[in-house]
Amino acid sequence: MSFSFALARRLPRFRRPESGGGWMLAAALIALAVVAPLASLAWSAMDASLAHWAHLARFVLPQALANTALLLAGVGVLVTLLGTGSAWLVSAYDFPSRGVLGWALLLPLAVPTYIIAFAYLDLLHPIGPVQTLLRDLLGYDSPRQFRLPDLRSLPGAVFVLGFVLYPYVYLSTRVMFSTQAASLLEAARTLGTGRYGVFWRVALPLARPAIAVGVSLALLETLNDIGASEFLGVQTLTVSVYTTWVTRSDLAGAAQIALTMLAIVVALILLERHGRKRQRYASTQRMRPMQPRRLRGAAAWAAVLLGWVPVLVGFVAPALYLAVETWKRLHLVGGVSDQLLAGAANTVGIAAAATAVTLACGLAVAWAGRAMRESSRPQPGRACARIASLGYAVPGTVLAIGLLLPFVLIDRGLGGVLEALTGHAPGLLLMGSSTALVIAYTLRFLAISTGALEAGLSRIPPSLEQASRLLGETGSGTLRRVHLPLLRPALAASALLVFVDAMKELPATLLLRPMNFDTLATWLYAEAARGTYEEGAVAALGIVLAGLLPVVLLARTDLKMGQRQARPGARAAAAQDPEPQKEYRTP
Amino acid sequence: MTAPNAATAHLELDHIRLGYDTPHGLHTVVDDLSLALERGGIGSLLGASGCGKTTVLRAIAGFEPVRAGSIRLDGAVLSSPEVQVLPEQRRIGMMFQDYALFPHLSVAANVAFGLRRLDKAARARRVAEMLELVGLRDAADDYPHELSGGMQQRVALARALAPAPDVLLLDEPFSNLDVDTRERLAFEVRDILKSTGHTAILVTHNQAEAFAIADHIGVMAGGRIAQWDTPYNLHHHPADDFVRDFIRREALVEQREGVFARGR
Repeated sequence: MSFSFALARRLPRFRRPESGGGWMLAAALIALAVVAPLASLAWSAMDASLAHWAHLARFVLPQALANTALLLAGVGVLVTLLGTGSAWLVSAYDFPSRGVLGWALLLPLAVPTYIIAFAYLDLLHPIGPVQTLLRDLLGYDSPRQFRLPDLRSLPGAVFVLGFVLYPYVYLSTRVMFSTQAASLLEAARTLGTGRYGVFWRVALPLARPAIAVGVSLALLETLNDIGASEFLGVQTLTVSVYTTWVTRSDLAGAAQIALTMLAIVVALILLERHGRKRQRYASTQRMRPMQPRRLRGAAAWAAVLLGWVPVLVGFVAPALYLAVETWKRLHLVGGVSDQLLAGAANTVGIAAAATAVTLACGLAVAWAGRAMRESSRPQPGRACARIASLGYAVPGTVLAIGLLLPFVLIDRGLGGVLEALTGHAPGLLLMGSSTALVIAYTLRFLAISTGALEAGLSRIPPSLEQASRLLGETGSGTLRRVHLPLLRPALAASALLVFVDAMKELPATLLLRPMNFDTLATWLYAEAARGTYEEGAVAALGIVLAGLLPVVLLARTDLKMGQRQARPGARAAAAQDPEPQKEYRTP
Repeated sequence: MTAPNAATAHLELDHIRLGYDTPHGLHTVVDDLSLALERGGIGSLLGASGCGKTTVLRAIAGFEPVRAGSIRLDGAVLSSPEVQVLPEQRRIGMMFQDYALFPHLSVAANVAFGLRRLDKAARARRVAEMLELVGLRDAADDYPHELSGGMQQRVALARALAPAPDVLLLDEPFSNLDVDTRERLAFEVRDILKSTGHTAILVTHNQAEAFAIADHIGVMAGGRIAQWDTPYNLHHHPADDFVRDFIRREALVEQREGVFARGR
């Protein structure tokens, strides 16, 4: 073809190979920002005189440690029972409503711990609907003659936390049962193990790593919780950190307790890593899903009853309560207050800002990791990604205490510079505005976007990038024209998760919000703390409804692993599904 | 040897060494490899998997640094230990083993990907021309996953040729196709390349493909070229026992494959 083409070489021909240095720098800075609060915690804690520590060690820590340990132990047992039990029930048996129950068991994930505590405090109040009904049925007429044990206790906290956190165990165990177990269970049956024996002798040992992963996630949430423990009067480590700083303005003391919490976090992460390692080992072979056994008659109805209890307690009852209370409130007042609307607007605005920043940072970290992987020295990129995902394990209260010092320093430094330049003091730029919250949310939820985008990038074969480069596109042009369009599902999914998590966030928000700035979560917290219960239900219902969105997403992707078929003929179907195991490779 | 000498060579690999860094120093994959192709010539690197032939291709494309020697195009250095032109500035096209079609773009948009510097009308003309060339005019609006393997492969060829590269690299482009399609497409690709006058290098482990397409074939083993020659000479005047055994064994395997394919 004699065809002189308009694509003349316009760029300089010779250049040193590029190294992705800019991306790496960005990733390193982000990793540094994640480490900064932890370093500052250690610094603040050392700043204390020993008198502080002696006081803490004598009067605060023993009680708080004991409460936290008991709470973690209790929640751990309860979520293991509920999560593993329900996962086995829907995996091994077929009964009416099994299909719906399979995803309904995830619904409690939509209810934050402080909201279920808020709801049950009222539901189970001595003169609340449940106890009144019980007394009517039993023929008593006064709370003095009959009442249930007070919810405001350690067992009460275990109860409410366990019923909203068990889905972590359910999810990991269920996936394990449905992808792994079938042939092993059948082998055990042919070797003479009974139907119930296989659960104890094969299924449960097989699921142990998955249970460990789920339990450690549930316990990290327990450690993170501040609302439920405080409403129920359980003085945990988290509550101690909060009160030490807020009521006694003792940063050093708060940092010391926070460091104690970090030690527990490290233990939980190790448990999780251990579980994951064993899980990876177990899942090298792909197996058929289990064939559930059909239950009939009374057994079927017992399974239905048993299966729906966690859903009823963890989601239906509190959600129904919130809906009824909201309806009553709207009916009575005919609307919601301007302050609540302002709080809702704050929540959405700040969650949106945090989502945008978190996605951008996650993309930088994931892209730097990929660029480094292609080069000869992959370690730094991988290290940045690992460090950047640490924030998710750090309880919000601990993160906030760790951020106080850096924020104050930055505010002082920036303020000084600006004052020298403009002649008047700008006030507190970070702490005085919601910027501090956006940064805290970003550090805490970065793992979500980094993880999703790393997984998304790893499914895009390197040949696509090479093809683009050989067709004349630059590195960043390739990111824009090839990778970003292909990452759209991963970006959308992680945006949703981050947005909703930021909306629900309470512990860090309580500590870092500017004066007179409320989100739906802090609004609810304030009402519950005052015991006024006016518009709290409205705020809580809003959070729960938003929280349902990621649960739907989770039910669509994670639970259906391995059961999904490609939809033939769908346009660009390859680019639409956030499916974990899909590859853009042609066979 | 009938390879053109350096004075008339279009693409020239001059004593190149390739490898990757390990904690114990450089692990050499390809060593002291030289070859030259005149303008419009079609060469092939033939060898078992792991012999380093794909690494050579990646080095020509600019994805792999050259540790010693140089790669030159029209006498200008593309790669050497001191210089490495970015892949996007080399004007080298490549067809990938997995075709690497962009799943989010239609066939026409895939072909147009490298034509961003053309104005809209010229781009549309060029895309139509390329699709005509590979016989896929009617598939312009389809998406890659809706096409058969053979059609995807033609799209990859059209896309690689669209920006009129100086050299086309083909990395096992037929290995995902069934035996019959494979041979037919190999001849077709040769006709297309000869009509456009492209210099090209095909990397393959399949002798029939190499013999169907190439003017010159290099039999590779252990990171070196054992013989760089015309298909006729490889058959009739193998340089050493290795080349003779390799050619004969491969021919046997292919005969068998052919029998199986027809028997089905």
